[in-house]
Amino acid sequence: MELNAKIPDGPIAEKWDNHLFSMKLVNPANKRKYSIIMVGTGLAGASAAATMGELGYDVQVFTYHDSPRRAHSIAAQGGINASKNYQSDGDSDFRLFYDTVKGGDFRSREANVYRLAQLSGNIIDQAVAQGVPFAREYGGLLANRSFGGAQVSRTFYARGQTGQQLLLGAYQALERQIQAGTCVMHNEQEMMDVVVIDGVARGIITRNIRTGKLERHVADAVVLATGGYSNVFFLSTNAKKCNVTATWRAHRRGAGFANPCFTQIHPTCIPPSGEYQSKLTLMSESLRNDGRIWVPAEAGDEREPGRIPEEERDYYLERFYPSFGNLAPRDISSRRAKEMVDAGHGVGELKNGVFLDFKDAIERLGERVISERYGNLFAMYEKITGENPYKTPMRIYPAPHYTMGGLWVDYNLQTTVPGLFAIGEANFSDHGANRLGASALMQGLADGYFVMPMTIGNYLAGVTPGGVDTSHPSFTEVEQGVGDRIGSIMSVGGTRSSDSFAVELGRIMWNECGMERTADGLKDAIRRIGELREEFWNDVRVPGKADDLNQELEKAGRTADFLEFAEVMCYDALARDESCGAHYRPEHVTDEGEAKRDDENFAHVSVWEFTGVGKEPKLHKEHLTFENVKLSQRSYK
Amino acid sequence: MKLKLHIWRQAGPDVSGQFEHITADDISTHMSFLEMLDVVNERLIADGKEPVAFDHDCREGICGTCGMMINGNPHGPWERTSACQLHMRAFKDGDEIWIEPWRAQAFPVLKDLIVDRSAFDRIIQAGGYVSVRTGSAPDANAVPIRKEFADDAFDAAACIGCGACVAACPNASAMLFTSAKVSQLALLPQGQPERYERVLHMVDTHDEEGFGNCTNHGACQNACPKGISVDNIARLNRDLFKATLMDRPEEAAV
Repeated sequence: MELNAKIPDGPIAEKWDNHLFSMKLVNPANKRKYSIIMVGTGLAGASAAATMGELGYDVQVFTYHDSPRRAHSIAAQGGINASKNYQSDGDSDFRLFYDTVKGGDFRSREANVYRLAQLSGNIIDQAVAQGVPFAREYGGLLANRSFGGAQVSRTFYARGQTGQQLLLGAYQALERQIQAGTCVMHNEQEMMDVVVIDGVARGIITRNIRTGKLERHVADAVVLATGGYSNVFFLSTNAKKCNVTATWRAHRRGAGFANPCFTQIHPTCIPPSGEYQSKLTLMSESLRNDGRIWVPAEAGDEREPGRIPEEERDYYLERFYPSFGNLAPRDISSRRAKEMVDAGHGVGELKNGVFLDFKDAIERLGERVISERYGNLFAMYEKITGENPYKTPMRIYPAPHYTMGGLWVDYNLQTTVPGLFAIGEANFSDHGANRLGASALMQGLADGYFVMPMTIGNYLAGVTPGGVDTSHPSFTEVEQGVGDRIGSIMSVGGTRSSDSFAVELGRIMWNECGMERTADGLKDAIRRIGELREEFWNDVRVPGKADDLNQELEKAGRTADFLEFAEVMCYDALARDESCGAHYRPEHVTDEGEAKRDDENFAHVSVWEFTGVGKEPKLHKEHLTFENVKLSQRSYK
Repeated sequence: MKLKLHIWRQAGPDVSGQFEHITADDISTHMSFLEMLDVVNERLIADGKEPVAFDHDCREGICGTCGMMINGNPHGPWERTSACQLHMRAFKDGDEIWIEPWRAQAFPVLKDLIVDRSAFDRIIQAGGYVSVRTGSAPDANAVPIRKEFADDAFDAAACIGCGACVAACPNASAMLFTSAKVSQLALLPQGQPERYERVLHMVDTHDEEGFGNCTNHGACQNACPKGISVDNIARLNRDLFKATLMDRPEEAAV
C-alpha cells in the first residue's frame, strides 16, 4: 500500500492556491460526460453533490434515509468555526490552523489543516447567501461566540441548531440541482459494497431499503461521505442508523483505514438512565461557557445539589486548569469526569454523572439571557430527564460522539483506491487525535463545497469517461457476494436479536477501547470480539424476508460489519503505544496526569491494510512533519 | 408499568392493515416512547414474530424521521415534542395506547408505521432555496439583517419536515411545511429575487402532490414539534396573492 499524501510544494499559505492552478481542468462542455457517485447526504455529501452538479457533472446521489435532509449532520448543535476575525480579537487563518493542529495533539497533516482554515470564511459567506439564519447582533451583523476551548470568538451559530440550519442550506442547494437535473437522487438505497475494476473504483452495489432489491450503479468516480463509526460503542450520540458499513466495505476492497482508534468522547451528554437505553443525547458544549462543572467533594455524598454548600463542592476543572477552567478541551474534560465518577463522586440515581450548574450564570445574567442562549437545550434536557435545569444543575457524562479516524486520503481526498474519495467525517484528515468543538461542520463543508469539487476535476481530467457498464463481470461478482452475505445472515435462524450483539460489542469497546485503553485490555477485547463475531454468525435471529422492507436485516448487516471493524480499532489502539489527544493509554502519562505523546516513535498516521476477517491487519505509516507549528506538550493549566 | 398497545400493522403499501393488540409489561417511566417500542420489538423477535416497523434515527427531535399518531395526536400528548423525545412519564400504569402511521393521501403507508414523505422533497425542489452558486457569495457581513427578521426567519427555518402538520390537518394540507420555507426565505434579503416565483411554484407542487387546502383550522400549529406558527401561512398567502396579481414570471432559470 503506497501512501503518497501528494502535499503541494511551497509555503503553507500558498499550497492550496498553487495546487488549484496546477490541477488539470475538465472542459465545461465535457463535464456532463463524467458521472460521479456520491454516497451520503450530510454536510459533506450534500454540499459536494450540489457543487459538482452546479459545475456540470452527472452526479448520482445515494442515501439510506427517506430524504437527504435526515443525515445526522442535522443534529450538530454548537456551531461552526471560521477565521473571519469579525470580533477583531486577533484571529487569523494561521491562528485557526495553529489551534487545530495543537488541539489535534500533533497528529494531523499541516497542509490539510491550513487549507481548512483558509476555506473556513468562504463557508460562512456561502451559508449566509443561502439564507442560513445565523445568530445576529442588534446591529444586524453576525454574532460569534467562543467555543470548546478557543481563546478567540470565531464560532458562528444558529441557536443550538447550527447543524440543522447548515444542512438544510446544503440540502436546498442539492434539491435545486435535482430540479435542474444535474443531480439524481436515490433515496432509501444503502451502499453495500464498492466495485473496483482493474484497481479503480467504478461503482457501487446498493440495497433498496423498501424492496430489498440489490442494484448496480456505475460511474467514473465514487465519493463516500458516509460519516463516522461512533456506534461501534452502541451507546453514542450518533443517530441510530449511523454505521461503518460503507467505509468498512471500501477498506475491504483496498482502501487504507487511518487512525481508527482516534474516537472522541464528548464531555457533555445526558447519562444513561437504564438498561434499555438506546442512544445518548448530547448537550452542546456551548453550555460550558456559562455552566460550572462540579461534584460533591466527598465521595458518596447523596444530598440534593442545592443542599451541598459551596465549600463542599469540587469545581474540579477550575481547580485543575485555572486558565481554561470549564472550557478545557473535550478529551481532558471527559477524562476528568470519568476519574471523578470512578472515584465515587458521581451524581444522580445511578451515580453516573457530574453536575453542570447554571446557578451563578442565572444570578449574573438573569434567566432571560440564559434562556435565549440555551432555551432549546434546557427544554430538551427537561423532556429527557424530567428535571428543570433552571432550578437544579444538569447531570452530564461523557459519551462517544465523533470519530477522527476514517479512510486514509491524500491532499486531494482520494483514498488508496484510485477513483475512490472520502470526505467529511468518513475520512481521517484534519482533526488528528482530537477534534476541537465547532470544527466538524467546518471540515465537512470545506471538503464538500470547496475541495472535492476541485480535486475531482483533476482526477477526472485524467480518465476517459464511461467505458464500463453494469454488465461487467466485476459488478456481477460483487453483487453476488452481497447477496450471499444477506442470505447467510437470514439463514442463521438463531435466538438473539442483532441489537443484543451490538450492545455487547459496544460494552467491550467502551470498557477496553473507550476513554482509557490498556495493552492487556485491548488484547482481551480482540479475543472477545472474535468470539462474539462467531456467536453472531451462529445465533443471530433476523425475522422477515430479505426482499422486503426489513429493519432487522439492515441492523444485522451493520452489526456484522462493526464486529469486523472493532478489531482493527483495538489493533490500532494497541499499536499506538503512546497517549495523544483522545487516545489515552494509562501507561503513558505526564507527571500532571495528562496524555504523554511520544513524537519520536508515533508522529505518524497509522494506516491499516485489510488482510482478512479475524486476521491482524497490516500497518503502514505516513510520517507527519511539522514545519509551521512547533511540537509542544499541550497545557491548559 | 403495564400498557395495552394497539399498533397499526400493515405488511406493505398495497395490502390492507389492521390493529394488533399487544400487552407490554415492565415498562419504565424513564424510557423514551421509542425505547418502549424497542423493548416491545425485542420481545416480538424473541417470540419469533416480526417486529413493528417504524421510522426513527437521531432520537433527539431534530432529524424529523420519526412520526406516528399516538392516541390520535401526532407525536403524542406532549407539546412541542417529537415521538422520540416523548417519554413514558406521559403515561400511567394500565393505559391503552393507539399507535398509527400518519394518515394522508400524499403520504402512502409503506409498512406498519412508515409512510412515504418524498412529496416534501419535491415541494422544496420547486423553489425552496436561494439560487446561489458555490463560491459566488459576497462577504457574510456585507448585508446586515435586522435581528427581528433574522429571528423570525430562524423560527420558520426550525421545521424538521416530519409531516405532523399534515397528519394533524383535517384536509391533510402541507401548508405549514410549505409556508415555513416560503417565510424563512421571504424574510431574508437573500430570498428576495426569487420570492414570488418561489411561492407560486411551491404551492403548485404542494397541490399536485395531493395535499389538501388550508382552511385555517390551526391543528398543524398545535401538532408541530418545533412550534412553527400559522403566521407563516398568513405570510405565504400574502405573497401568493401578490404573486398571482403580478405577471406570471417566466420559469426561473436554475
